[in-house]
Amino acid sequence: MSGNTDVQATQLVAAAPRTPMLARLRDLTLIPVILLLMIIGAFVDPVFLSPQNLMNVLQQQTELSLVVLAEAMILICGKFDLSLESTVGLAPATGVLLVTGALGTTLPQELAIPLILVIGAVIGFLNGFLILKFRLSAFIVTLGMLIVLRGLQVAFTGGRSLFELPPSVNDLGIAVWFGVPASVWICLVVYVAAIVFLGYFRQGRALYAIGGNVDAAKAAGIRTDRVMWMVFIIASVIAALAGILLAGRLGSIASAQGQGMIFTVFAAAVIGGISLDGGKGGLFGALCGVIVLGLIQNILTLAGVRGEWIGAIYGAIILAALMLARVTSGRAQD
Amino acid sequence: MQAAQQSADTATAAPAVAEARSVSKRFGPTTALDNVSLAVRAGQSHALVGRNGAGKSTLVAIMTGMTPPDEGQILFGGIPAPSLSNRDAWRQNVACVYQRSTIIPALTVAENLFINRQSTGSLISWPALNRRASTLLEEYGVSIDASRAAGELDVESRQMVEIARALSMGARFIILDEPTAQLDGAASERLFSRMRTLQAGGVTFLFISHHLHEIYEVCETVTVLRDARHIATRPASELSRDELVEAMTGEARRSASVWSRPALAGEVRPILEVEDLSLTGHYIGIDLAVRPGEVVGIAGSGSSGSTALGQSLFGMRRADNGTIRIRGKAIPSGSIPDALDAGIGCVPKDRQKEGIVPLLSVGENVTMPITDRLGRFGAINMARRDRFTSNMIERLDIKTEGPQQLASALSGGNQQKIVMGRALSNDPEVLILIDPTAGVDVKSKESLLGAVDKSARDGRAVVMISDDLDDLRCCDRVVVMFRGTIAREFAAGWAEADVIGAMEGMGIERQH
Repeated sequence: MSGNTDVQATQLVAAAPRTPMLARLRDLTLIPVILLLMIIGAFVDPVFLSPQNLMNVLQQQTELSLVVLAEAMILICGKFDLSLESTVGLAPATGVLLVTGALGTTLPQELAIPLILVIGAVIGFLNGFLILKFRLSAFIVTLGMLIVLRGLQVAFTGGRSLFELPPSVNDLGIAVWFGVPASVWICLVVYVAAIVFLGYFRQGRALYAIGGNVDAAKAAGIRTDRVMWMVFIIASVIAALAGILLAGRLGSIASAQGQGMIFTVFAAAVIGGISLDGGKGGLFGALCGVIVLGLIQNILTLAGVRGEWIGAIYGAIILAALMLARVTSGRAQD
Repeated sequence: MQAAQQSADTATAAPAVAEARSVSKRFGPTTALDNVSLAVRAGQSHALVGRNGAGKSTLVAIMTGMTPPDEGQILFGGIPAPSLSNRDAWRQNVACVYQRSTIIPALTVAENLFINRQSTGSLISWPALNRRASTLLEEYGVSIDASRAAGELDVESRQMVEIARALSMGARFIILDEPTAQLDGAASERLFSRMRTLQAGGVTFLFISHHLHEIYEVCETVTVLRDARHIATRPASELSRDELVEAMTGEARRSASVWSRPALAGEVRPILEVEDLSLTGHYIGIDLAVRPGEVVGIAGSGSSGSTALGQSLFGMRRADNGTIRIRGKAIPSGSIPDALDAGIGCVPKDRQKEGIVPLLSVGENVTMPITDRLGRFGAINMARRDRFTSNMIERLDIKTEGPQQLASALSGGNQQKIVMGRALSNDPEVLILIDPTAGVDVKSKESLLGAVDKSARDGRAVVMISDDLDDLRCCDRVVVMFRGTIAREFAAGWAEADVIGAMEGMGIERQH
């Protein structure tokens, strides 16, 4: 059979360009947009291009970018998780209350960060259980979870902000390593790890297979439910990590920490090329989506747009960015 | 490669590559397979034929380990099949190239070939993966760039990728489920020559096709299923085409009712005229004229384009070119509201998907296209709706508690009558029926066909798209489509073997 020379078959020569190149390019479609925003920003206010300002933009976007990463992985699987924004608040708040003894527990302060991450894992586990084992709709489960988790945080804290944070949480928010805020480093490491995982590991590629065609993935021997469950858990852990960074940066945990974030998360993911249908998009693109939104927000502030108008303009720009992404990618975002 | 060589060497002594022993399977009240046995010998191409509903798909599902049989067992090389959960073991024994592709379009060809086994270690090396894929494709003479996105491939290349993937998993027994349904003639020939090459290398095929001439072209053995039972397994060379068609249809067919309508006056102008209608990938250059009081049957297998033609007539698909005229007036293509306005009613193909809204009442389902006539300013007069529905319930003999009952509570046959009622609700001049009696019981079938007959007597033009012989018996003439064109036409009083033969593509090669 190895000596098989089927003349007719050789007529089936591929004519199209090599796609991985194209796919990589698609991941980079936002780079020109980012450059354009930098130029606009420079014109709006010379302060914009100062390293201090750009570093601020990056640091302010670390929490958002982590939640976008978490959501992107779930979206690539073809699922949804709205509750991530509440996890950003509940996980650190509960963890902090447990180590500061407010809930009647006496745990060492050093346990704060591991505890917070474990709480995130438990939330993800619950979501996965309801969606994958109980076969409920991901949309409605995580919407319910969003409300429950936020409600729990308000109940635990009495609706007050927590100012007394364990040193480990506080330090993470303000530490600077090699001249760059620790949170930016952490974010970078998580992104690099996730990009490598999704690009170069069998288990990571399984996410794309599941989102692309779940039956085909099953037929290829992928344990689809198990993989998706793991993704839900990992995503919630990452959201909890985002919560830690946000709490540390602000030095407190508001009862509304993370509230309303999920809309921006979805916008950034879609602008970054992640398909809500699953199976498509890359994490680098999603990161670019976050940076685009961060730069827009910064430019609006520097341009002196009045506070009460920022919401409306920001929302309109997100819609415009979505339209732009639709036009440049040439794909429907259904 | 070595595995193939080994299996070829041991073929003479070994038992069947794959065997189903006395397999039975029931789904609720219906028996999908009744004590069916099938043995596929190594290095052969074995054809599995039967009409729709004969049990082919169920047998394939059981032989690929997707569903367990109720009774009986599956053996590979004389060894009982592994447990259903052990997918890897199944994949080493058997692979199936389904009609519905299991390729993931967003991933590259290479990744599709080695899905979930992209690397031996943990880290995937993309260049190495592409090299492995290229080697694999080259080995089977498939010239596709492994780094392309699989979604860009045409049907033929996708099938090649699926076959190559199956072989690379170690399977030397491959089931091809209607592989030629979406291929043109030249591509089918390429597939056959590839099958022969692989066969020479020790690969065994179970080949399912509705095109009987293909079976004679590539298969040594034929197994016929009918009504969930095994009818015959014979060498293809010993089975004539007529015998094959007879085995598929059965001699003792229930005699359908005879529908005799008054003969049509010769000079009556057609209501529905179709001229040179084409839709790429489905049908091409269709001409058709249907006169008032006439029922025209359009028969054809799944790939004949007959369903797409019916859908185009009702505006569910937009034809690429050609015209559809009602009473001489051309109607815009691809718009259902325009089709309804022009006086076309339609029973769509899939009752569950396009026919009924199960959670709405019988009345609401029946009156869906005519809500504008049930009251003023968009308000719906419930009493008027109920009156209309009761009328239709009586006319079509729908077994229901009344207009208020939910459609989901009715039997399949009565649901189908609701769909028929909906088609008739706006008192159309032209009726397009697509598989109008699919999956309904005998009694309902009689009343549905009675309603078709009555419609024709009332002066409607009816197009009946179906491959059910009882449906076609109700027609004044039957047009048979094959691969997108009208192949033959039969006047009433046709012989079953002729129509079925034409649907399966026989007589086509004689024509050309």
